[in-house]
Amino acid sequence: MSVDTATVKRIASLARIAITDAEAERLAPELGNILGWIEQLGEVDTGDVAPMTAVIPNHLRLRDDVVTDGGARDAVLANAPQAEHGFFAVPKVIE
Amino acid sequence: MTDLTDLGIAAIRDGVREGAFSAREVAEAFVARVAAAKSLNAFLVETPDHAFAAADAADKARAAGETLKPLAGVPIGMKDLFCTKGVASTAASHILEGFVPPYESRVSQNLWDAGAGMLGKLNMDQFAMGSSNETSAFGNVISPWRRSDGGASGKNWAPLTPGGSSGGSSAAIAARLCPAATGTDTGGSIRQPAAFTGIAGIKPTYGRCSRWGVVAFASSLDQAGPMARDVRDCAIMLEAMAGFDPRDATSLDLDVPKWEAGLSGDLKGKKIGIPKEYRVENMPAEIEALWQQGIAWAKDAGAEIVEVSLPHTRYALPAYYIIAPAEASSNLARYDGVRYGLRDLPDGANLQEMYAATRAAGFGDEVKRRIMIGTYVLSAGYYDAYFTQASKVRTLIARDFEAAWESCDVLLTPTAPSAAFALGEKSADPIAMYLNDVFTVPSSLAGLPAMSVPGGLDAAGLPLGLQIIGKPLDEQSVLNAGLAIEQRAGFTARPEQWW
Repeated sequence: MSVDTATVKRIASLARIAITDAEAERLAPELGNILGWIEQLGEVDTGDVAPMTAVIPNHLRLRDDVVTDGGARDAVLANAPQAEHGFFAVPKVIE
Repeated sequence: MTDLTDLGIAAIRDGVREGAFSAREVAEAFVARVAAAKSLNAFLVETPDHAFAAADAADKARAAGETLKPLAGVPIGMKDLFCTKGVASTAASHILEGFVPPYESRVSQNLWDAGAGMLGKLNMDQFAMGSSNETSAFGNVISPWRRSDGGASGKNWAPLTPGGSSGGSSAAIAARLCPAATGTDTGGSIRQPAAFTGIAGIKPTYGRCSRWGVVAFASSLDQAGPMARDVRDCAIMLEAMAGFDPRDATSLDLDVPKWEAGLSGDLKGKKIGIPKEYRVENMPAEIEALWQQGIAWAKDAGAEIVEVSLPHTRYALPAYYIIAPAEASSNLARYDGVRYGLRDLPDGANLQEMYAATRAAGFGDEVKRRIMIGTYVLSAGYYDAYFTQASKVRTLIARDFEAAWESCDVLLTPTAPSAAFALGEKSADPIAMYLNDVFTVPSSLAGLPAMSVPGGLDAAGLPLGLQIIGKPLDEQSVLNAGLAIEQRAGFTARPEQWW
């Protein structure tokens, strides 16, 4: 399977990873090789097989709808690259 | 006096209980050994104070005549994938550099509650993505093992991989820097490094150990487990790590069995399956010979050997390399430069550009590669052809194992298709690296308990491992078959200290 640089750039953009033209050139054959290798799965007959959703049978638990945690604003913000006035700070997004 | 760093978990626990030595002496011995082994690059952070505090608590409890906790006086290493409160946790990635968790992972908390202390945080493949420890952002871990045929020129002493992703854990245990360590296993990351370094390690049934506070890679596969010198130590440590946790939606609400008490190397009445599809092309003769030796040991222990078929084995790796990257691309979306870790904000960049710049600067090449594969297979128009098809193949792989359990109790296979390779040997070809996990990935996809135990040495003097795969929740049979092999293999080889 061949992957072109335009596809690599589109995937990188979806994945929010900045890449240079040179990196896209390098990644195109790499991703093409890997995708070509995984394409062999297409030969497996899975007509009436259900996709796996849980490896070990388990049931989803419900818990009481009560507050169990909270009041940890400072701890939550402690690792932020930029925190101001009790909030995470990001570059301005209003146009 | 014995060198305390030669002791494993059981010997340390029992010695501290009996007063043969103090927990403080044990901690001091290991802390000194960690500090003197910087050239292995196994530890990212050293935490001697944590180890000493746990040791002093054990000694104080003993002096007061209290009953000691199950791991009292045992210092361990902690893979850096586990968040540890107040101690930097990076998953060996630049994108988490400087992150100091304000909380403790459930598994590490369970270990501290059992009395263990922490010697430090162990290096690993970045975000647990790798099979050789070469994807760490903080440098390769060097295996303490070297090929014995170094020759006059010493050129065969090229540094070897300790395996991955839990390579800091495996190197540290093999080098006697710690008696045991945590590992995590998504497609073989406990078993393959254990095999490469001549130690034991078990991945329990998916759901036994809580994933809460473990940096997520592929959530439907990630499972923590112990790595240690022998089977008994693995059983002891797994008992401490496992247990129900309401904060992990896939945690199993089951009692933790008394695996250590249930240990028995007598396999009379047990049937051991040999999957014929694991006899792969180009498998070295030494691996085949080791496998036959393992079969002979199992027979000697009283087991009956049966051949079984797992027909979809060859599709396990390609299915894994769709499912794991897909889940990773979703899980790693959280690293955005806003809430923790690295932020790269070029001059004049907007929010979207900040995300892209941060992720470009913070993630290593292999992590980017997997995020992009995952993004691709989940993208509009490709989801069914790749992700849904892989999930269906995963069902077929699980059915193969279910069918095998009708004729046997556990499966015996090699752990890896080769001994440890040299650093750099496979890093140019991602697929060659992925193929290293050919024997470990199928059981991961099926959520089954599986362990690696040392079987012997190859012609170059490097360790080789045998893998035992069991039924869901039947860690006991896995451990017991591992013990039977361990008792017969008599593996006492250890790397000669050069570091």
